[in-house]
Amino acid sequence: MSETQQAPKTLPADVVIEIAAMNKWYGSFHVLKDINLRVRRGERIVICGPSGSGKSTMIRCINRLEEHQAGDIVVDGVTLNADLKNIEHVRREVGMVFQHFNLFPHLTVLENCCLAPIWVRKIPRAQAEETAMNYLQRVKIPEQALKYPGQLSGGQQQRVAIARSLCMNPRVMLFDEPTSALDPEMIKEVLDVMVELAEEGMTMLCVTHEMGFARKVADRVIFMDAGQIVEEAAPEEFFNNPKSDRTKLFLSQILDH
Amino acid sequence: MSETTDTFVPKPSLPPPSGSVGITYWVRSRLFDGPVNSLLTLGAIWLLASTLIPLIDWAVIEAHFIGTDPNLCRTGGACWLFVDERLRFFVYGFYPDGQLWRVNLVLGAAVLAIGYLAIPNLPGKRWVVPAAIVGLPVLTILFMHGGVFGLPIVATDQWSGLTLTLVLSVVGIVAALPLGIVLALGRRSQMPAVRIICVVFIEVWRGVPLISVLFMASVMLPLFLPEGMQFSKVLRAMIGIVMFESAYMAEVVRGGLQAIPRGQFEAAAALGLGYWRTMALVVLPQALKLVIPGIVNTFIALFKDTTLVLIIGLFDVLATIHATIVDPEWPDIAPEGYIFAAMVFWVFCFGMSRYSQALERKLHTGHKRN
Repeated sequence: MSETQQAPKTLPADVVIEIAAMNKWYGSFHVLKDINLRVRRGERIVICGPSGSGKSTMIRCINRLEEHQAGDIVVDGVTLNADLKNIEHVRREVGMVFQHFNLFPHLTVLENCCLAPIWVRKIPRAQAEETAMNYLQRVKIPEQALKYPGQLSGGQQQRVAIARSLCMNPRVMLFDEPTSALDPEMIKEVLDVMVELAEEGMTMLCVTHEMGFARKVADRVIFMDAGQIVEEAAPEEFFNNPKSDRTKLFLSQILDH
Repeated sequence: MSETTDTFVPKPSLPPPSGSVGITYWVRSRLFDGPVNSLLTLGAIWLLASTLIPLIDWAVIEAHFIGTDPNLCRTGGACWLFVDERLRFFVYGFYPDGQLWRVNLVLGAAVLAIGYLAIPNLPGKRWVVPAAIVGLPVLTILFMHGGVFGLPIVATDQWSGLTLTLVLSVVGIVAALPLGIVLALGRRSQMPAVRIICVVFIEVWRGVPLISVLFMASVMLPLFLPEGMQFSKVLRAMIGIVMFESAYMAEVVRGGLQAIPRGQFEAAAALGLGYWRTMALVVLPQALKLVIPGIVNTFIALFKDTTLVLIIGLFDVLATIHATIVDPEWPDIAPEGYIFAAMVFWVFCFGMSRYSQALERKLHTGHKRN
């Protein structure tokens, strides 16, 4: 174990992410207010809320794409702070899928998947390619391995992006509105892959508006508004018996039509 | 709901209506679609004919190509045999007569390396590039300068003609690109000290005309150097050109860096790639591809800018031509000389331009361009 692995308090062994009293500001705008969240291994969490509520910002703090100014974030036993070593450790162990895929357009699908394993994990190319083909098989596009991202549909690109993250063998997967930029006909193919991943026991944090997905796989649904966690409940409870009036309003707006 | 479903069959694609394709359609629609355009077309044809025909007459039909006697050129058109007579001087300048094979060896090696890289799909290119970058300067110093293997030293003052032009521009191109990339990255750095140094470097060198850079390199620099320490004039000119062009290159590259969406940096970061790997593997390959036209533009400008070394007393190819056309033995041969100079520069620049276009096509990975 390296020196970077210092947890501030003793956490239960199966806690993968611990966010405690975390606050973030953009300039003088208080974007995340006193966030507390504990994620255990294998948990599947769906985060929803109106746009601007800070849900994307929150999960982007987990791999330090955004910097938080107060409070603690501990991922995989490592405290996120300005130390580059800690940040790099966390990023190796946390995979992320973006709304706009963010595949590398100058590399083939296979090269996209192998880049980080080869250069970050130092895995030999042949082995990295084998692993990549394995994951491309699982997201059902092995036949596109030698194409460039620009030649694929949005749904195919997002599945490649998922495979690319999985190739790093992450302990947690973060999904930042993975289906929001997709045509309706392609949403299902991406959600199917995510459901499969959830059923295999991957720890997942997913910002999404796909309530069907939340009902189907989530262990917990988190509702955010104005930079705070408003409500946190199992999906059954969350959808049928929301406690906060803000949650009720949100649900009525997205479900009633 | 009815029991049966209609099967959707897309309509077949049909050919376009007749008369909207083909050469006669093209000529009619582009050149003669109305009285004004017809007049303009005829006028343009007349203008071309009245200038091109005499030019071809002078440069080809009436011209002298064969022979060595200047008096042949007293009558008729262009005197190309003059170029033929003086070609050795244009290419090698004052390089000593018996030693020309040394220049040929280096130029030959450079042509081989560049030719190998220009032909698509040859194996081992990743080894040719570093070998050429290391090997060519070593070859140049060992053979063109000499002093080893019993070769007599040919001081850089004697390097001239096309040889000097090529040495200056190849060194300039090979050094200015990496230096420009480093400066561009530095200018976008999060570290204030690095950023300020790069901004100052770029703005200072870019804000000064190349002529004054060369003057400073040749006249002022020796004043500041400690006594006994001396660079040759060619080396000083070389450094001046590299500094000047790398400042331009930095801004071209920065343009490319700014065009890369933030998502690319974020995706690379999320995968655990650090700053240098993100730049080298993700950002720069895309950014440089985007600015190939700008990079080649700078290369071409650099190649032509090397003619300015004339003013600090170095003899590049243009200077050798310039010095030759005043030879009283020959009739007025200035047009031939300058046309030849223009052709030499054009051939190299056009070659670079074509190569860059081929490179762009090769690196294009998205949907086919229209």
